[in-house]
Amino acid sequence: MKKYDIVIIGGGPAGLAAAIEARKNGIEGVLVLERDRELGGILQQCIHNGFGLHIFKEELTGPEYAERFINELQELGIEYKLDTMVLEVTPGRLVKAINTEDGVLNLQAGAVVLAMGCRERTRGAILIPGGRPAGVLTAGTAQRFVNMEGYMVGKRVVILGSGDIGLIMARRMTLEGAEVLAVAELMPYSGGLTRNIVQCLEDYDIPLYLSHTITNIEGYDRLEAVTIAQVDEGYRPIPGTEKRYECDTLLLSVGLIPENELSRGAGVELHPLTGGPVVNESMETSVPGIFACGNVVHVHDLADWVTEESRRAGRSAARFVKAELAQGNGLVRTAAGLGIRYIVPQYIRPENVEKQVEIYMRVTNIYKNIRLVVRAGGTVIKEVKRLHVTPGEMETVKVAAKDLAGISELSVSVEEV
Amino acid sequence: MYDVAILGAGIVGTNIARELSRYSIKVVMLEAENDVSMGTTRANSAIVHAGYDTKPGSMKARYNVRGNQLYEDLCRELAVPYKCNGSLVVAFNDEEVATVKELYQRGLENGVPGLELLNREQTLALEPNLKETVQGALLAKSAGIVGPWELAIALAENAVQNGVELRCNARVTALEQIKGGIRVYMDERSIDARYVLNCAGIYADIVNNMIAEPTFELTPTRGEYNLFDKSVGDYVSHTIFGTPSKKGKGVVFLPTVHGNLMLGPNSEAVPGREMVETSPAGLEFLRDHAANTVKNMAFNMVITSFAGLRAKPKNGDFVIGETEVPGFINVAGIESPGLTAAPGIAEYVVKLMEKLEGGLEPNPNFNPRRRPPILFMELSDAEKAKLIAQDPRFGRIICRCENITEGEIVDIIHRSPGAISVDGVKRRARPGSGRCQGGFCGPRVMEILARELGKEITEIVKDRPGSFILTGPTKAVKEEQA
Amino acid sequence: MEAREMICIVCPMGCKLEVMRDKTSPTGYTVTGQKCSRGESYGVTEMVNPTRALTSTVKIKKGFLPRLPVRTNGAIPKGKIFQVMELLNTVEVEAPVAAAQVIIKDVLETGIDIIASRSMDSLI
Repeated sequence: MKKYDIVIIGGGPAGLAAAIEARKNGIEGVLVLERDRELGGILQQCIHNGFGLHIFKEELTGPEYAERFINELQELGIEYKLDTMVLEVTPGRLVKAINTEDGVLNLQAGAVVLAMGCRERTRGAILIPGGRPAGVLTAGTAQRFVNMEGYMVGKRVVILGSGDIGLIMARRMTLEGAEVLAVAELMPYSGGLTRNIVQCLEDYDIPLYLSHTITNIEGYDRLEAVTIAQVDEGYRPIPGTEKRYECDTLLLSVGLIPENELSRGAGVELHPLTGGPVVNESMETSVPGIFACGNVVHVHDLADWVTEESRRAGRSAARFVKAELAQGNGLVRTAAGLGIRYIVPQYIRPENVEKQVEIYMRVTNIYKNIRLVVRAGGTVIKEVKRLHVTPGEMETVKVAAKDLAGISELSVSVEEV
Repeated sequence: MYDVAILGAGIVGTNIARELSRYSIKVVMLEAENDVSMGTTRANSAIVHAGYDTKPGSMKARYNVRGNQLYEDLCRELAVPYKCNGSLVVAFNDEEVATVKELYQRGLENGVPGLELLNREQTLALEPNLKETVQGALLAKSAGIVGPWELAIALAENAVQNGVELRCNARVTALEQIKGGIRVYMDERSIDARYVLNCAGIYADIVNNMIAEPTFELTPTRGEYNLFDKSVGDYVSHTIFGTPSKKGKGVVFLPTVHGNLMLGPNSEAVPGREMVETSPAGLEFLRDHAANTVKNMAFNMVITSFAGLRAKPKNGDFVIGETEVPGFINVAGIESPGLTAAPGIAEYVVKLMEKLEGGLEPNPNFNPRRRPPILFMELSDAEKAKLIAQDPRFGRIICRCENITEGEIVDIIHRSPGAISVDGVKRRARPGSGRCQGGFCGPRVMEILARELGKEITEIVKDRPGSFILTGPTKAVKEEQA
Repeated sequence: MEAREMICIVCPMGCKLEVMRDKTSPTGYTVTGQKCSRGESYGVTEMVNPTRALTSTVKIKKGFLPRLPVRTNGAIPKGKIFQVMELLNTVEVEAPVAAAQVIIKDVLETGIDIIASRSMDSLI
């Protein structure tokens, strides 16, 4: 049984940032376990730019952003294993993993950082009726094929879902010679960054159909056509609005789900709205010594926020190992008020907040000209004006440590200006 | 000249092939698709029925009970997942209670063991997720669940191992009587056999009509299913039937041998034999049924839905027996309880072969056991470590949802019949069956298939030959122009 | 000329801009709605000579992977995107490659280089 101070599960942007920060905070025995053939996680297939504007003040591609952290990790001499799959994490922080070289690894961790990222929602999970031909795949799987393995997945493409992955792939497929016929989006607004509507759809004259969904998939062996229909306020297809598109590929960008199988096994409490662990200001889960960060906690839009959050987790895991993290009795609960879908972290222990804590949230709808109103124990402590907020763009608010004293609830709500 | 040609490598054809391989006779299985178990066998309820709901005296009744008796030993010999979890027919009103009592009597008449009538409290004690309004149930302890395509594949492996020839991509196009037997045409190719067993599933009437009098008709009948995530796999532990009506056995709550839960099927006659699409109406029908039977079915935990076709015989019973054409035997109309009955049917059909010239000499090399599939996650740490040391490919997990290793995938590719497609790997080793539905493992499985089969990755198909996944390498344009 | 509405794509903020012809302005246009000066330049450029950054992949021999991600180290005229793609499709580099290594200098006389978006080791 090998012992490590901190075992980090996942070597993507979250795991990398946590590992580096843990080392910088004085922890020697850090091990990163990564299941893919290289570090970098999903960023290695995100060859588009838009990463690093906050952290590096530069606009980088996914691989460039990842490489900054990979280089730093390697320069710091932090140990990592590739091609290694973690099978189990116990509440007592035993980590079981396998790979081709070591065989079965049983590790005792002083602290664990869960950084497993997320998976894509599937066609099966949204119950699109029809056949099950080849040619229906999630946008991320297509992205891997096109960008890393170097294979085209189809020639005539329809995309369901206007989140960033769908929009990025609309452009990518077009640039590589496919015809993208349409992007259908269930909601009345796009889930992706507005700049992507311009540079991925408008630039290439790809039509976007809001409040539409796919109602049928045709094809026995390979996809032959899909049907797109408009939906009503209840998201039900409106009969008579169906349009049939002959195509050989359907890409699905219908949501990301934090990958928490290992978390469940470790007894970690999960939040029903985020799909990820309930965490406190230190990114610690309900199991002491098990931390979590990145997409496994809640799905992010910007890798930059993943890095910030994960640095916090790495720093906190280091403090935990050094027995410097206050376990705290004065818990402040964060409450999602009107217009707010969820807030991370769900709990704050003021003893562990030095100057300020950054809270992350998503709104429930598109709102224009509003204030995000932060209340500490019922008293308004902060108001942030926003011209435009949307569920597809995570918001963050900094709360000063002094405002956390003596309260039990911190709430955020959307209110008119 | 073959002694026996079996048309169709589904659960019936493979059962018969394996039984025939006990004897020193020359047997060939001819399968239209590129792999075994591609028809009804791969999209059904996976139930090993107790046998109380079949008509007494019918072939269905006889072979259901006999098949059920044979299942446990068969699955153990072939290392196929099987579980005797019992079934309940639940009743929600007086009329249904009366029907359930009738089924009990019918079961006794059919010779079904382990039947018991339960009252409301006893029923809810067994299955607390049933609606409180349940009034009682028929418990059948001998009912079970199995991996249907796993069983067909295992039977085929065992048959091949014991000397049976298997030809895939061998769709029968014509049949002709010849001296001493029958000529089976597959386009320009042909083989001759003394006996031809028509196990062609939903195509069995078409095949019959190629040579014999059209004495039976099959209606392709579609059934749709929802498959739920393993986290709700223990929502019920028994297979739970609603009280049957004229339409059929109705929608069933189906725990699977892998720990998932299925819900289905509906029942709808369809005009085409390739119509395996799911429909909004079908899926809604399942939802409504669930709402009437259990508390709070977690439909947000559905991971996929699928449909299968059954060959519904017009006269309601199996069509098994010789025809006016010497040597041509039908084993057709195998709708429910076909999966259960298959071992019993095989036993019977083999007896018909006793009339073969030379009789049925035992095969001295017959081995009832096939090499069990390696289930990596069920090994101890020490066994895992040993296996990885022997073959490092067992140290690489490919399917993250079900924790399946590269070593297991390579193993099933190289069996006979081995996997030649992504779905073929799924049927044998499970990558693609889990909650990510192949999103993570798909590219990796394709890479392994290409490498092991010596093919380009662009040649790897999802299932049937036309189901290509990749169209070609990126940046191929210049090469086309060159 | 009426005001043209557009979304600035320089950063993920996606400010809504309004661009109007303005003879009195040194650029010839007035831009409103931007949160920074880059947005102002974008508004003008988009009217006069729209440009885009391009990211793609090129074939790579003996590399850890068969494709190397590349990007323009600036923005090229929007109208040249497909031409540049066609050119990129003919390129094949050989591993090892360093991050930011120039793959094509001054691509199609735009003054912009195509550079490697990551380092890639060779297969041993």
